[in-house]
Amino acid sequence: MTDRFDAIVIGAGHNGLVCAALLGKAGKSVLVLEAASDVGGAARTRAFADGYSVSSCAHLLSQLQPDVVKDLNVKFDLAAREIGTVALAADGNHVRYGGSKVEGVSSADQSSLQEFHQRMTRFADLLQKYLNKPPPRLANGRPRDLMTLAQLGFDIRRLGKTEMREFLRLIGMNIFDEVEERFESALLRGALSLDAVLGTHLGPRSPNTILTYLYRLCGSHGALSVPAGGMGAVSEALANSARDHGVVIRTGMPVKRVIVENGRAAGVETESGESFSSWTVVSNADPKTTIMSLVGARHVETGFVRRIQNIRMRGNAAKLHLALDGLPAIHGLEKREFGDRLLIAPDPHYVERAFNPAKYGETSPAPVLEITIPSFRDTRLAETGKHVLSAIVQYAPYKLKSGWNDEARNAFREVAIDTIAAYAPDLRQRIVASELLTPADLETEFRLTGGHWHHGELTLDQFLFVRPVAGFAQYRMPLEGLWLCGAGAHPGGGISGAAGRNAAGMILAGHKAA
Amino acid sequence: MLALPMFQADRADQYKMKTYDAIVVGAGHNGLTNAAFLAKAGLDVLCVEKNDYIGGATVSRNLYKDWIYSNCSYVCSLLRPEIFRALELHRHGLQITPYGGGVTFLQNGGYFGSYWDSEVAHREYARFSKHDADAYERYSADVMRQCRFIRDSLLRTPPDPTSFKPRDLKELAHLGSRFLEMGEDRMLDTIRFWTMSVAEYLDEYFETDVIKTAHSGSGIIGTALGIHSPGTAYVLLHHYMGEVDGNVGSWGYARGGMGAVSKAMAGAFQAYGGELRTDAGVEQITVRNGRVKGVALTSGEEIDAKIVVSGMDVKCTFLKCMDKNDLPAEFYQRVNNFKIRGSSGKLNIALDGMPTFPALPGKSPLLDGDMHFIDSMERMERAYDDWKEGRWSKDPYIDMVIPTVTDPTMAPPGKHFMSCFVQYCPYMIEGRTWTAPEREAFGQTVINQIANYSPDFKDLILHVEIRTPEDIEREAGLSEGNIFHGELTMDQLLFNRPVPGYAQYRGPVGGLYMCGSSAHPGGGVMAAPGANAAREILLDLKRKSTIPGNFGDD
Repeated sequence: MTDRFDAIVIGAGHNGLVCAALLGKAGKSVLVLEAASDVGGAARTRAFADGYSVSSCAHLLSQLQPDVVKDLNVKFDLAAREIGTVALAADGNHVRYGGSKVEGVSSADQSSLQEFHQRMTRFADLLQKYLNKPPPRLANGRPRDLMTLAQLGFDIRRLGKTEMREFLRLIGMNIFDEVEERFESALLRGALSLDAVLGTHLGPRSPNTILTYLYRLCGSHGALSVPAGGMGAVSEALANSARDHGVVIRTGMPVKRVIVENGRAAGVETESGESFSSWTVVSNADPKTTIMSLVGARHVETGFVRRIQNIRMRGNAAKLHLALDGLPAIHGLEKREFGDRLLIAPDPHYVERAFNPAKYGETSPAPVLEITIPSFRDTRLAETGKHVLSAIVQYAPYKLKSGWNDEARNAFREVAIDTIAAYAPDLRQRIVASELLTPADLETEFRLTGGHWHHGELTLDQFLFVRPVAGFAQYRMPLEGLWLCGAGAHPGGGISGAAGRNAAGMILAGHKAA
Repeated sequence: MLALPMFQADRADQYKMKTYDAIVVGAGHNGLTNAAFLAKAGLDVLCVEKNDYIGGATVSRNLYKDWIYSNCSYVCSLLRPEIFRALELHRHGLQITPYGGGVTFLQNGGYFGSYWDSEVAHREYARFSKHDADAYERYSADVMRQCRFIRDSLLRTPPDPTSFKPRDLKELAHLGSRFLEMGEDRMLDTIRFWTMSVAEYLDEYFETDVIKTAHSGSGIIGTALGIHSPGTAYVLLHHYMGEVDGNVGSWGYARGGMGAVSKAMAGAFQAYGGELRTDAGVEQITVRNGRVKGVALTSGEEIDAKIVVSGMDVKCTFLKCMDKNDLPAEFYQRVNNFKIRGSSGKLNIALDGMPTFPALPGKSPLLDGDMHFIDSMERMERAYDDWKEGRWSKDPYIDMVIPTVTDPTMAPPGKHFMSCFVQYCPYMIEGRTWTAPEREAFGQTVINQIANYSPDFKDLILHVEIRTPEDIEREAGLSEGNIFHGELTMDQLLFNRPVPGYAQYRGPVGGLYMCGSSAHPGGGVMAAPGANAAREILLDLKRKSTIPGNFGDD
């Protein structure tokens, strides 16, 4: 005897929760099965040392789509909103920026950044509109697809002649050349380069890094917030919204396989042997896991399998967590700025050099870092006076030549700590506990194939019409009744909820048609 | 050795009072093609060249005894067959001999050969991997499909996507319908192909490192990108979309060196009544009342023309040879930021005999083709990392050919000419100019790499010409020594080439046109920019076009 649901969602990552909640809101009976003991997937908070908690993967919020918040009436508290960014300089002459404003650079750079930011946010707005829609089919499409395509063409034209030309020129370009042309300050150039390459297997010289930069601006124009209680609080809020809509969420229930009957998805079976029936199975897992392990290659066509296997999703970002018994001193940094986002990316060449070894399966000897000290604004994460430091460290390739083991992990952790300590000399004395999560760890911990946050590299060849793979960008997988709702689908990763929301829209449209 | 009836500078005064219909600046292959088509249409055309020889980078030079060097471009394939036929280049002596295959030498003493015969090729791939041998068929079919798509666009003027002019809309629709007729799956594959890196593209087909490496070189030749940089898969096409005698993707040698190409073009130009002057470098393109007036030569002589067509790259044309005040500020800025980074060097070597390559069986047909000495993707990419730091690659990617194996006219009997194209080599060493010892050291790096695979090579060397991007800039006039007149990245292709809004061969000043490789479809000895620019000029003059259309679907 199995329970039957209108839809089953595999994985309670933020996209799975958004999708489930929207299906529930539409009156469907929905079951969410989550392997871990908590909801949230890569948007979680956890204690990594006694008395110290941290957002275990994503640590800053900027891309959560306003439509998602509105549709689901999601409520959570922010410990800080629109925090600034400090690009750290060895000599203490840091560059501070946020939005279109920047301090510590020449007035020429200031106006140049204003112009740059204005243009980029304009392009991001255009992009964002299409991130919140399922990508249209290019051919054999329905009238609605043709309308969307025509609208896209129209929207690009509406930018005006000059801006349209700039858009078409910049969209495939690299950030390196663009910042090189625009800014004098190496520190500012380095910081913007880092913004563009965070979470990717790209260096600033790699074409396509303007796109990744634009992607980050979609949502809040790059304004960064720190959720109170860590990223897990956002997921909790989404889960609460889902429960309010009648969604059943069961944690600690890893799914073993999608049940296929008569050539279509008919439900799921968990590791513990329980089965649940539904004609609609929605996977929040990444596309490789979904097709290769949960469904099985034999149930889908060979060409499709080849495309799925070719998805590039090897993570390059490691996550460093430090438990500190006090704030470290950073030369030239004011007290209040400890709550800001701190970057170590002194110039674009440095960033590119950090990337070089990643191409050969080696870690960066001089890595780039995005650092936050969330406890500075949020007392829930550590006792008063104590602090947690959370940093994204690049590059740490998933496929390390030597293989990831304790030795390699510890070595890179020390490199990362040393890199920060160069700016904060007393850092080591403050460290109570530390951990480094490599892409291999992220893979195990969050069930992300390749340890890649975005469930697949965010490059033009895996974007929009061709995400996750050519021909299947509309969330519907080739196995009838199977849908994808995670970051591997359009538009991609980041705590945005767009993929989950778009998928829910397509599923509901499918139900209506049936 | 280029016995052309050229007009010498001392006879110049007789032209002084004349106004030409058109002056073409630069007698490279594009300048000559453009000039020839204009002359064929009945215009009174003068082509001026700064060097005392013609050809630009499509040149044969006699720099050592009886040896002829193709000292810039060295193999031929991209030259559009439509142009070849329309200008009757065969009548002016041009012969292209196809060469078969190529070889990549392995560090372990082995080799990987590429052959034209598909059965032999399959067997060769299968020596390394049965999987790759089978995948090669799929790969060839997929790449050829991309070739067909792009080949159609080569002799067309890119549409301006921001314009509502009927012609632009028609061209956009043509592009769109070519795209649509592929079917959705192929369209999506095309999107991916245009945006991927060559390394990742090859990863989708092959598993063997050396096989991927052998293919990847075509994705980075002449570009300042590495095999892992997105966008390099497209560059593959610049090495696959050509042909020799209708064999798409094959390469050949021009008999007598690449100068034979420009010589035949010059022959055609002159047969149509055009005038060619060498030793006539342009100091400035003169402008009066917002229209071109003509050119001022470095000698001080001024020549008037209704139209000036520049075969030089855009940086040379607008930054060096024009007055900033004659140009729109935004255009000037864009040209200033045009990416034209030199990334390739060249060694031309006279050999006392044929070097032996012990890895190959004797009399191997692979000796006729291109040879490479890098056998792993990691080595390929590391070569690029050196360039990024402003140094030449310690372990460079060399595309080496010995044309004299099939062409007896370029060296004395039993002797040989070897051409080594080297990737990567920077325009500047760590931001400053090259020193003589550095140039020597660069040459030695290349020679040593080859010598690793040919023990008698060094002893056979009689003369070496070492060319860094800086030398190429000085001699051939290519800014920063970029062989393509500007990088082939997405932001500089199609309607973005050379700069957005100016992709239709017209300059920002009335009567001024661009016909060099900075314009669509870019570099390689293709002659398409020259022909396309001529078509636009004749269109503006309301003359009947002399430029052939595409041969059609192939």
